[in-house]
Amino acid sequence: MAEKTLMKGNEALAEAAIRAGCKCFFGYPITPQTEISAYLSKRMPKVGGVFLQAESEVAAINMVYGCAGSGIRCMTSSSSPGISLKTEGISYIAGADLPCVIINVQRGGPGLGGIQPSQADYWQVTHALGHGDFHALVFAPASVQEMVNTVTKAFDLADQFRMPAVILADGLLGQMMEPVQFEECEIKMSDASKKPWAACGHKNERKHNIINSLYLKPEQLEDTIKERFERYEKVKANHTEAVCDYCEDAEIVVVAYGSTARLAKSAVDAARKEGIKAGIVRPVTLWPFPVNELNEACRNAKKVLTVEMSMGQMVDDVKLALNCSKPVEFLGRTGGVIPKPAEILAKIKEMGGND
Amino acid sequence: MPEFKRPHALADITTHYCPGCTHGIVHRLVAEVIDEMGIEGDAIGVCPVGCSVMAYDYFNCDMLEASHGRAPAVATGVKRANPDKFVFTYQGDGDLAAIGTAEIVHAATRGENITVIFINNTTYGMTGGQMAPTTLPGQVTQTTPYGRDTSVEGFPVRVCEMLSQLSGVALAERVTVIDPKNVNIAKKAIRKGFEFQKNKQGFSIIEVLSTCPTNWGKTPVEALDRVRNEMIPYYPLGVYKEGAVR
Amino acid sequence: MTNEILLAGFGGQGILFMGKMLAYFGLYEDKQVSWLPSYGPEMRGGTCNCSVCISDDPIGSPLVDEPNTLIVMNTPSYDKFINTVVPGGIALIDSTLVDGKCDRTDINVFYVPATALANENNMKGMANIILLGKLLKETNITSMETVRKAMEKVIPPKKAHLIETNIKAIELGMAQ
Repeated sequence: MAEKTLMKGNEALAEAAIRAGCKCFFGYPITPQTEISAYLSKRMPKVGGVFLQAESEVAAINMVYGCAGSGIRCMTSSSSPGISLKTEGISYIAGADLPCVIINVQRGGPGLGGIQPSQADYWQVTHALGHGDFHALVFAPASVQEMVNTVTKAFDLADQFRMPAVILADGLLGQMMEPVQFEECEIKMSDASKKPWAACGHKNERKHNIINSLYLKPEQLEDTIKERFERYEKVKANHTEAVCDYCEDAEIVVVAYGSTARLAKSAVDAARKEGIKAGIVRPVTLWPFPVNELNEACRNAKKVLTVEMSMGQMVDDVKLALNCSKPVEFLGRTGGVIPKPAEILAKIKEMGGND
Repeated sequence: MPEFKRPHALADITTHYCPGCTHGIVHRLVAEVIDEMGIEGDAIGVCPVGCSVMAYDYFNCDMLEASHGRAPAVATGVKRANPDKFVFTYQGDGDLAAIGTAEIVHAATRGENITVIFINNTTYGMTGGQMAPTTLPGQVTQTTPYGRDTSVEGFPVRVCEMLSQLSGVALAERVTVIDPKNVNIAKKAIRKGFEFQKNKQGFSIIEVLSTCPTNWGKTPVEALDRVRNEMIPYYPLGVYKEGAVR
Repeated sequence: MTNEILLAGFGGQGILFMGKMLAYFGLYEDKQVSWLPSYGPEMRGGTCNCSVCISDDPIGSPLVDEPNTLIVMNTPSYDKFINTVVPGGIALIDSTLVDGKCDRTDINVFYVPATALANENNMKGMANIILLGKLLKETNITSMETVRKAMEKVIPPKKAHLIETNIKAIELGMAQ
């Protein structure tokens, strides 16, 4: 392990991508994620990689499509309004079964919204990241170190299941510095050698490869989608993740992801000190959503509280997962306002006080 | 006498193009150039959305299908990751000069080392003949039923003239394939584009004035005459820019 | 126990740098730390602030809005933040640049003419470090040894010749 050092979340993500063998990065400036581009513009030329500032978010994601289609690990990053622009390209990437990593350092919306931290893109990223029947892997790390650890996992699973992976952060995680440690590793840019499907030139050694999402025969399109959804089932079965704390005897289970989970954890710690049996579930993967983990954690719960930096989006998945077995309440701040642990604690107490 | 046969880079299948459409000729020219340069194994093509959407089936090199207008961005992604491969896009006028304007302009100005084959037939063929950015003044299309009125719909885009202003462009040439002489000129231009790419000399675009008999409501021969009599006067043939950028 | 520190002033005064130093103090004392800058249009001129948390436990919110420790280097920041300091907390004020006098009795307030001191001692631009020195004196946040280690980490190699001046600025602050 290398020395522990302080790094901004955005810069740590960028460094982690290089270490994961991400050869090409295509980006476009937008607050609060621009440090990713700035960092990679400095580092990529020194490690034999490619940094390119595209003319738009739309172009950037299509550059990813081309690069990923040729079998090379690549990444783009943006923040909420820019992700909206990328959704067309993401749909094509999913439709062509291409692996890549997309980072969304969320800010407030809709429209230009604001630039402060937000979690208002949950629905978009987990349910509607473009048109058509598809999913992307969605990871929601809660610290700078976890962001680093997530990048390699995201690339690996994207490659394994041939699908786009999203790392969903927010302005808080992107801008903050925390201690991080990188494993010692040799930096090795990816190549297409393990991707027999890649359109990287057939060298007159095989039939031509086609990267495509167009199927004019309905039955054929249905078959490709069904095959894709069979892969999704494997992802669900093997790669769903959640972190649960104090849930064994918890009567009130708080569900929160990303930076909000840190705030909620502080509130749950405070509640425990006051003798309230509170626990916390932090979904680490938002797609697949940790349905079983949540149900298990809520075994003894009387009530469930979902906390988000939005008007309530993940709460829908929490309710679906629990299937009406527990009452689910919601606490949220939005528009870039960060909920305070004290607010969450007050809500926990209010819910606990009804017994 | 040389035998006339199908180029290896052109797949041995029947295309979906209409009778009299010049896509087939241009496909063949691209394939011949790939064969002659011996680069099929290192060529990667990017097709657009439009009539040539299924060109991925027609070329024997590796192919990617892009979303509408984004082929130059997709090609950029391929080329940056694989700088030693031959990357080309094959795009129509709606794709390149309307929805994909930003992508083509920026690929060109970056001097992206790719070759763009641009089919200008003054209409959106695949969707049934709507007004394209290249539709001529007065031309009747499905969405300009009274003829393109420049006071309402503005003026056609002259792509080669526009892109030739950009420093990143090594070759901007407009050709046509309406007769054998022009077919030969077109092939030379396409070859030039790939040679510029081979020598890493910058962006090349070959605009091909093409026909769409079906949507123009003309016979194939009438369509060729229209290119000669109506299109060429508005879109003069020739080299707009030629010379290594790097 | 979490030490929640808020640093505020104008862009260019080294507010973020001061924060980074503090965060490294924490890191080298094996504490949990976080550093969060204000970001966006306000960093293009105008005010700048930075939250630093140093804790024995994992840090929940890295955003400090009720600091134990406040360092302010201009009047707008003083006006904005002086009443957010929790009772029992401390406030360090660059009195060269802040006119106000605080009438709160529930916090410890220290006035240091840091900018003037820096100018007089040929340490232009190191008012922030002088204030850091004062903080070291008034709290046992870290040792001189750690300060030097953090300086060596944070100051880029090409500016390494400034380390000694920075140490002197710390000492000057400690003498106040």
